[in-house]
Amino acid sequence: MSARPAGLPRWVDVGLIPACNVALALGVAGLIVLAIGESPWRAIRIMVTGALGQGEAIGYTLYYATNYVFTGLAVAVAFHAGLFNIGGEGQAYIGGLGVGLAMLALDRLLPGWLLAPIGLALAALFGAAWAAIPAWLQAYRGSHIVITTIMFNFLAAALIVYLMVNVLIAPGSMAAESREFAPAARLPMMHEVLGMVGIKVGHTPLNLSIVIAVAAGIGVWLFLWHTPLGYELRAVGHSERAAVYAGIRSRRVVVASLCLSGALAGLAGLNEILGVHHRLFLNFVAGAGFTGIAVALMGRNHPIGVGLAALLFGALQQGGAELAFEIPSITREMVVVIQGLVILFSGALAYWLRPSFERLFARGSG
Amino acid sequence: MRSIGLAIGLIAFAATAQGQELKPAVVFDMGGKFDKSFNEGVVNGVTRFTRDSGVAVADFEVTNETQFEQAHRRFAQRGQNPIIGVGFSQGNAVKKVAGEFPNIRFTLIDSVVELPNVQSVLFKEHEGSFLVGALAALASKTGKVGFVGGMDIPLIRRFQCGYEKGAKFVNPNVEVLANMTGTTPAAWNDPGRGGELAKGQFDRGADVIYAAAGGTGVGVYQAAKDRGRLAIGVDSNQNHLHPGTMLTSMVKRVDLAAYESFKAAKDGNWKSGIRVLGLKEGGVDWALDQHNEKLVTAAMKTRIDQTKADIVGGKIAVHDYMSNNACPN
Repeated sequence: MSARPAGLPRWVDVGLIPACNVALALGVAGLIVLAIGESPWRAIRIMVTGALGQGEAIGYTLYYATNYVFTGLAVAVAFHAGLFNIGGEGQAYIGGLGVGLAMLALDRLLPGWLLAPIGLALAALFGAAWAAIPAWLQAYRGSHIVITTIMFNFLAAALIVYLMVNVLIAPGSMAAESREFAPAARLPMMHEVLGMVGIKVGHTPLNLSIVIAVAAGIGVWLFLWHTPLGYELRAVGHSERAAVYAGIRSRRVVVASLCLSGALAGLAGLNEILGVHHRLFLNFVAGAGFTGIAVALMGRNHPIGVGLAALLFGALQQGGAELAFEIPSITREMVVVIQGLVILFSGALAYWLRPSFERLFARGSG
Repeated sequence: MRSIGLAIGLIAFAATAQGQELKPAVVFDMGGKFDKSFNEGVVNGVTRFTRDSGVAVADFEVTNETQFEQAHRRFAQRGQNPIIGVGFSQGNAVKKVAGEFPNIRFTLIDSVVELPNVQSVLFKEHEGSFLVGALAALASKTGKVGFVGGMDIPLIRRFQCGYEKGAKFVNPNVEVLANMTGTTPAAWNDPGRGGELAKGQFDRGADVIYAAAGGTGVGVYQAAKDRGRLAIGVDSNQNHLHPGTMLTSMVKRVDLAAYESFKAAKDGNWKSGIRVLGLKEGGVDWALDQHNEKLVTAAMKTRIDQTKADIVGGKIAVHDYMSNNACPN
């Protein structure tokens, strides 16, 4: 989103530099793997084939990426309005609650083709409602959005634990889980859809949510760059005072952008609840809301970038699991270190290599 | 295609039946392998099995709920057999994957899946808690005993109810103070808050506290040591943590469940169905060793042994909270 420095071809900026960053991260991670006495080549091979090697691996990678697209888009939309929405975790959690409540109430009354859109609407609505309160506090009371959205993550967790333990728990269940939804109340799984057209793939949690995620990405792009409200939103993000001077009602824009952000995050709850698990339980978001922040930063807050970053994070999550699976001495904590290095190099140190490349290309063209 | 798969399955099954190629695996709960309590108990059982039999055991620690199913399926595809699922959160995953792989044997700890290739292992935590509750009331000089639970879920209320019943059994006038640490999974690993709750209960007059709270218990035991009062450990034998202030531990032998499942598979007599391990089966017990023998007088020991014999013999029926989700007075 920031201005590209002159003298650097676009393919270097969006292709070569990120690739070098990832390569550097894998290099450092390889040294750590070497230090604990395993082969870095084998580790990288397992991670790559584990994430992209065959149908099942790709299914899991795309399933994780689906969540990250939703939460990444949520952060990106708010970011364009100059707001840092850290509440994706809570908004996704509440979005999932919305889906779950609707399904528990209606799953035995309505057919599946009606339940899915209801679930979609409620996930977005609940997520938006959860974001609306911090949004209003930010716009009209000046409470800082970072603080309030963090606090709302904890409120969401406390609310859902209360509901799960005391109200929604299935009778006789040891775990705090609701009953399973009726078979009508689920999004079609990708392996079922592909099976119908004759393509056989293994069981994965990948479901139709990914189509919704792609649609959401296109929708966000259209909204931000091709609608008046999207223009106003970006204007407020660049300079709120200039926007007000131009006649934009910035407070409304702040509330609207955060509600949209919350709605997008809420859809991650749709993927988990209606797409994969078909019941309500605790902590189904599992950090996807926070990962969304890194996804948006790495994707430069552009829908295409968010999509690519989400794929990378999905691949890291899935490949990391395979790594822990195949090499017992690499624990899940080690996997987090490797994932952290990739985030550090390609997110936080994104501009680190740029000066060297600029010098290189300046010399080349000069 | 299917018949080939079936044939391969049968060959694999025959091979394992002869004990030639046993490839056991464990999927751990979110707490991780080294939680000093529940999961670590399984690790101990698995280590013992590997030492005794020389058979290597594969394992996996999940980082989110979706991975339960993924891990079980991956192990099953690799031909790992039997596979142990640790903890009640894995019930749905085991149900799904065990249905897809009818030739792979699954053992599920703390929950029930009724399939012909699943062994479900449950523990009567209320019986063990009853015993340590009785011991707490016997050791208490103030007539007040405390309970610190982890996350407020039915399983922990089962511990609490058994403990209260045990304390009231030996002293009908005893007062039981009870707190839960929290409502999120963080409550399993919050020693700071555990310590604060314990101090609060000590201030209100309790002099023995039972912690059924995973890693949070460490804070409770430390508080007991700092105040010179008594604490009771849980799941693993935790007496050694603070000799002199650890009155006893309510041990839940998940190590035994894991060990026996693998051992039976090796010997060719693994059985599916529900196993309920109580005091009688040695699945739960109270711990008496060199670290706490000075705290337990001969009279106390006699009384507890008698109570244990009565529960085993059926003379005392301990109420199970989860039978009706209530703890009647």
